[in-house]
Amino acid sequence: MNIIICVKHVPETAEAEIAIHSSGKKIKTEDLVFDINEWDNYALEEAVQLKEKHEGSVTAITVGSEAADSTLRKCLARGADKAIRLTDKAFEGSDSYVIARILHKVIQDLPFELILTGAQAGDDGYAQVGVVLAELLGIPHATMVKKVEPLKGFVKVNRELEGGLEEIMEVKLPALLATQTGINEPRYISIMGIRKAMKKEIQVLSLKDVGLTEEEVGESGSWITVEKMFIPPVEKKAEILTGGVDEITTKVVETLRGKGLI
Amino acid sequence: MKEVFVLAEHRQGELRDVTFEMLAKGMELSQKTDTDLTVVLLGHNVEKFAKKLTDHAKRVLVIDDARLENFNAETYQKVLTHLISERKPTLTLVGHTAFGVDLAPSLATELDLPLATNCIDISFEGEKLVVVRQVYGGKVNVKASLRKSESYIVTLRPATFEAKGTKPQGGEVIKIAPPFSDDITYKRFIEYFQPPAGDVDITAADIIVAVGRGIKDVDNMSIVEKLAEAFGGVLACSRPIVDKGWLPNDRQVGTSGKTVKPKLYIAIGISGQFQHISGMKNSDLIIAINKDPKAPIFRSADYGVVEDLFEVVPTLSDRLLEGKR
Ligand SMILES: Cc1cc2nc3c(=O)[nH]c(=O)nc-3n(C[C@H](O)[C@H](O)[C@H](O)COP(=O)(O)OP(=O)(O)OC[C@H]3O[C@@H](n4cnc5c(N)ncnc54)[C@H](O)[C@@H]3O)c2cc1C
Repeated sequence: MNIIICVKHVPETAEAEIAIHSSGKKIKTEDLVFDINEWDNYALEEAVQLKEKHEGSVTAITVGSEAADSTLRKCLARGADKAIRLTDKAFEGSDSYVIARILHKVIQDLPFELILTGAQAGDDGYAQVGVVLAELLGIPHATMVKKVEPLKGFVKVNRELEGGLEEIMEVKLPALLATQTGINEPRYISIMGIRKAMKKEIQVLSLKDVGLTEEEVGESGSWITVEKMFIPPVEKKAEILTGGVDEITTKVVETLRGKGLI
Repeated sequence: MKEVFVLAEHRQGELRDVTFEMLAKGMELSQKTDTDLTVVLLGHNVEKFAKKLTDHAKRVLVIDDARLENFNAETYQKVLTHLISERKPTLTLVGHTAFGVDLAPSLATELDLPLATNCIDISFEGEKLVVVRQVYGGKVNVKASLRKSESYIVTLRPATFEAKGTKPQGGEVIKIAPPFSDDITYKRFIEYFQPPAGDVDITAADIIVAVGRGIKDVDNMSIVEKLAEAFGGVLACSRPIVDKGWLPNDRQVGTSGKTVKPKLYIAIGISGQFQHISGMKNSDLIIAINKDPKAPIFRSADYGVVEDLFEVVPTLSDRLLEGKR
């Protein structure tokens, strides 16, 4: 089974201080740590596990700058066989529709039975690259995938719905599946894996190689354009309890006792 | 008259809340832009839903077919492509739900219409459609505009718009024959599956101690277990804790887990992304412990403690146990 995974190199922001860039249209990323998108990490593991069971190969593709090589190396170290990075100055400002179009141009010429992506990217949260890509390729898709079972000619998947409910669907192959977190247990990278991955070549393709025009990518090709970014207004603000840890915990206990909760 | 479409969402015999949230926002938009509000209802034996929806819109387009009984992106897309091409609504609203995310991007691609997903606000500025979205886990908002088009598709975040009651609109029900003749070919719904429940029902608890990724390691879980015990409450968690297998899935709070309303909810090392918040925001009292003062959880909490959880939590357990002695 030949599998393609689409991955994104994203900043870790849950614990970081975020500042908006002077352009007002993006955040400052100099001080942020980047890694593979959380959802893509599960797609990667799923791809490698499927390869181990059903043979074939795994190709990892990203649209990103040279910095994204570390995410591709991670894919290679964890079991991907090939890595492709799509990079061009003209790609800047592309929304996720354009990202899907760029991926489509390259993937349409590759052999595959399955494409795996994350259900969403943790940074911009569009949750659309995979599904747009599937439509452009003319293949079926399923998102929020929690379980994958390839059978003859089709794949049986569990899709996660709200409230913990799942639905079981059969999807004809070739297909695109967008994975939800928790679908598997991503493995750790072995030292040997890292060594091997450093030696592998990353194929780099530009706008010209991809075969799109400048107008078709970047802001001009996009469905949606950022006008400005801002820190969300606070409607309701928590009362912050201050002091040392002793004082704070005493305040918590007193407050709760006052309300009859303990 | 131009229309604004709202795609009704239902599952297992119930219209879902997001439908009424979209209708409230859709009503506001249609009034401002002098268009009709139209509900699109796909399903099988859905007369009851259609009747209910007539209260909320000018008309209800009903496509009733056995192949539409359960949501299926393939059949839904066929019907909607037909309806949108025929009637050219200025806007189609879809829920940013497990159904909506499976449908809207491929629908927009097939129709070549601009799409904005996961929006928390939406307005027309002249002919331009402007949306607000949240990025970076709710730490930043983005105002964005869509490429100019006759027709747009937007997915709205659930539990974000208020489902206000309106005076009954006395809408008209219009039945439309399913615009597809061929059978379903590439995507088949088999059945629903409810993962088995464990022995603790967090929705019945008065006090919930909830732990998130900030706990870092499974070996640290004992400090929050101890706190839950000291409170006489139950231990719940955010999604990553279940993903890692540190707690069973029936302890997860949020859109894909449980919705809880305890008297006291203590969120520890949880950033407060909307999927978590929508499962606990109606708790009577919320206390958040997080070392990041900018964590979105503090926007939903009553009291905040901006400290390292590894210092606060054990001390708090001790305080509670002291008090009991
Ligand atoms: C379709 C879908 C459904 C989802 N459903 C759910 C759901 O039902 N429930 C849910 O919870 N999530 C759900 N999620 C995931 C959600 O988007 C977030 O990824 C998740 O809620 C984040 O969990 P967290 O807050 O524990 O982790 P993070 O966002 O990583 O936050 C960790 C927090 O811990 C703090 N922290 C770290 N170390 C310390 C310390 N020493 N002391 C104090 N604080 C510390 C950090 O400042 C940070 O704020 C869903 C996502 C999708 C796409």
